Amino acid sequence: MAFTLGVHIILVPLGVAWAFMILVAERKAIKHDDADARLLARRWSKVLAVTFAVGAVTGTVLTFEFGLLWPRFMGRFGDAFGIPFAIEGLFFFLEAIFLAIYIYGWDRLSPRAHFWSGVPMVVAGIGGTASVIAANAWMNQPSGFTLNAAGKIVEVDPLGVIFNRAFPYEALHMLVAAYLVGGFMIASVYAVAMLRGRRDRYHRLGFLIAFSVAAVAAPLQMVVGDTVARAVYRDDPVKFAAIELVNRTERNAPEVIGGYLDDQGRVHGGIKIPGLASLLSGYSTNTKIVGLTSVPARDRPTYAQVNTVHLAWDVMIGIGSALAALSAWFGFVWWRKRDLPKTPWFLRAAAVAGVAGVVAMEAGWVVTEVGRQPWIVRNFMRVEDAATTDHGVWITFVVIVAVYAAVAFATVLVIRSMTRRWRAGEETSGPYAPTSGAP
Amino acid sequence: MSLADATALVLFLAISIYAVFGGADFGAGFWDLFAGGAERGRRPRALIEHAIGPVWEANHVWLIFCLVVLWTAFAETFASIFLTLFVPLSIAALGIVLRGSGFAFRKVVPEVSRQRIYGAAFAVSSVIVPFSLGAVVGGIVSGRVPAGATAGDPVSSWINGSSIVGGLLAVAVCAYLAAVFLAHDAHRLGEEDLVGYFRRRAIGAGVVAGGLALVGYLVLAGDATHLHEHLGDRAFPLVIGSALAGLIALALLFRGSVRAARGFAVAAVASVVWGWGVAQWPYLLPTSLTIEAGAAPHGTLVALVVVTVAAVVLIGPSLVLLYVLDQRNALELDDSAASGDQGREPATSTGN
Ligand code: HDD
Ligand code: HEM
Ligand code: HEM
Repeated sequence: MAFTLGVHIILVPLGVAWAFMILVAERKAIKHDDADARLLARRWSKVLAVTFAVGAVTGTVLTFEFGLLWPRFMGRFGDAFGIPFAIEGLFFFLEAIFLAIYIYGWDRLSPRAHFWSGVPMVVAGIGGTASVIAANAWMNQPSGFTLNAAGKIVEVDPLGVIFNRAFPYEALHMLVAAYLVGGFMIASVYAVAMLRGRRDRYHRLGFLIAFSVAAVAAPLQMVVGDTVARAVYRDDPVKFAAIELVNRTERNAPEVIGGYLDDQGRVHGGIKIPGLASLLSGYSTNTKIVGLTSVPARDRPTYAQVNTVHLAWDVMIGIGSALAALSAWFGFVWWRKRDLPKTPWFLRAAAVAGVAGVVAMEAGWVVTEVGRQPWIVRNFMRVEDAATTDHGVWITFVVIVAVYAAVAFATVLVIRSMTRRWRAGEETSGPYAPTSGAP
Repeated sequence: MSLADATALVLFLAISIYAVFGGADFGAGFWDLFAGGAERGRRPRALIEHAIGPVWEANHVWLIFCLVVLWTAFAETFASIFLTLFVPLSIAALGIVLRGSGFAFRKVVPEVSRQRIYGAAFAVSSVIVPFSLGAVVGGIVSGRVPAGATAGDPVSSWINGSSIVGGLLAVAVCAYLAAVFLAHDAHRLGEEDLVGYFRRRAIGAGVVAGGLALVGYLVLAGDATHLHEHLGDRAFPLVIGSALAGLIALALLFRGSVRAARGFAVAAVASVVWGWGVAQWPYLLPTSLTIEAGAAPHGTLVALVVVTVAAVVLIGPSLVLLYVLDQRNALELDDSAASGDQGREPATSTGN
């Protein structure tokens, strides 16, 4: 499950944020009759069609997996957990419908009608993300249901499920992440092209549109992330203790960068900044941070999991800060000179930023998910009680990994082959027309 | 009607829409698979590409919708089904990945050899997925899925008479619908010789599907007694309706009135799905769990009804817009050559 989600989540920023960038380019094309912008929008939408299809099918596998891997979880909590997904279904419909109209409508719809057919796509992307995150946030902060003595759900308050405590901040953090990661991913492709000497207006424009989106999102994400961290401090002290490597409840807790806990719960290695964790959580070094040992060992993550969470946390924050700095650099130079920073190091950094953003996002998910262990629904259901007991699960898993690897590989090959042909001056026309041999 | 029944009704509506539209997309893959060698199969394949390209993703979402409604409204049933039938369901899930990505990829790669690999993935999985889903339905209707979120037999639950007939019937029905739709699409796109090509296949597949339905009825008599009994009384009008619609569609296909045949073909297939639902009522899992007993709490069902209303208001018109634009040939890219052989012309709009 974690694996398939981890793959699916890479496609999400494209589905959500790229659609927006395409509309930015198309608007420019319409307003200024800009042929480069139009070509960009058109080509981007063709690649989006491919990544969307892969996103759709990997998403379908997730839907099946809830049944295949977590039947006991769904059987018990599906009544509540399912509601956000039902809403998500609506947004998927809208996204799939308007994406089709948009992609296939380039030539036969008027430019204005075509532009507007893209707008529901962007809205649906945002709504869809918010709905899935509502489901995930509910696992972190379950609410909106009543259990009877046997632990079975007897009544559900749908609004209570959707608007659980974690929903607002998780949803916002993920949305900003989608724009940040999507922006850097696309920009990095053009950064590489420009480093290889393709510095014409077309490539520059592609870079600028994508990078500008990311450069707005990155600093914003620092502010949002900070809010999220404080909310986790308030709502989920055990996860917060794992993030900050706090074993026993303490005041004046240090911020540890790097480092790990041994199996006695002692901190080793890393750089300690005295009092900073407390300061960041409550604006005072005297703020109390609840430690891991405040709950029995079986109700909190193991030390190995704690170390994973902490490492992932450092990665997210480290990359997030670096990306925000890169954005600030760009913003400053653009403000002064209306141009990109001259040094190739800027483009090199931008080229790396695409992958870095994905890594930061994956790391953030590890913080959320591993930090919730051993719970699948925090304080209500353990992972071990949720899983299927079928022995065939391993086979399913191996096959899924193999198929995903093949699909991922093919996706990269296909997109590369599309861009090669564009560079050679051909549009991808994709007639399925084998001219020799039999299939 | 209780709220639980209303939700079950919504579920069945979604299943029948998926069976018709999603089914036709799978069936197109069936004809793609059997279109013959590369030269001979080129034009039918190009037509298939053209016909399902803009709509298959929207049609596919119905499946997601069905699963989500099932797991939200009837969580325990969902758990039982997936615990018992995990083998065919896993196969279906993998098939869906291969079909979707295969289809998306083959259209954009230039090399014929690679088009053929992706095309094969698309076509083969288009047959496997409906078979698996049909087998799942067979396992459910024959009472092999126990209630109470527990696992039934992992093998006999889908290798049994009802499942095998269910799977074959699903494949045949998909192929039938697809051929009828494609015959019409060929007409719409001015490829008159392909009209006959798909019309003949529609007749063949229609006869096979009808025959399989008959066989299925006999198999159910011994294997799924509850369903069989009520197909013979409560659901009998639907059975007759389906048979009549199927026969009329065949007659129209013989006469060459492809356009008129479409409606009857859809009615024939939808009535089978509805016949299943009506005959199985009031059970979710015959005969161990009723809709009333298996339904989620009131609040959840209210939420689902609200979502359904929102879907009718929002998604309905959007889907109509998509289909209308598609049928008016407004969703065509001028650089994706429909006839399939002059794809290599240089771009006309290259701006750099
Ligand atoms: C590009 C991605 C990215 C960047 C730069 C950041 N984050 Fe993040 N973070 C995510 C992407 C992400 C995410 C999308 O992967 C998560 C996983 C679940 C979620 O809602 O957002 C996440 C989760 C997450 C959580 C756990 C939330 C929970 O379990 O409820 C915390 C406390 C933070 N983040 C805090 C921060 C802080 C303080 C950041 C910077 C200063 C930061 N994040 C930058
Ligand atoms: C809506 C979104 C999500 C849901 C509903 C969800 C659900 C779950 C569930 C049920 C588990 C516990 C079972 C297990 O260990 O596999 C889990 C764990 C995990 N998830 Fe997620 N997940 C979501 C998003 C993600 C994403 C996007 C990632 C990306 C990397 C991810 C990574 C993980 C990891 C690494 C674990 C393993 C924790 C451990 O066993 O220590 N999750 N998640
Ligand atoms: C953090 C979590 C997730 C986010 C933000 C997210 C978002 C999205 C988005 C935006 C799409 C549209 C496809 C694309 O643009 O590539 C998509 C597709 C899909 N996702 Fe996810 N998703 C997440 C996790 C999940 C989970 C846990 C499921 C399981 C139920 C899921 C199921 C699907 C399905 C079924 C599709 C295909 C829909 C279609 O056919 O249009 N996603 N997801």
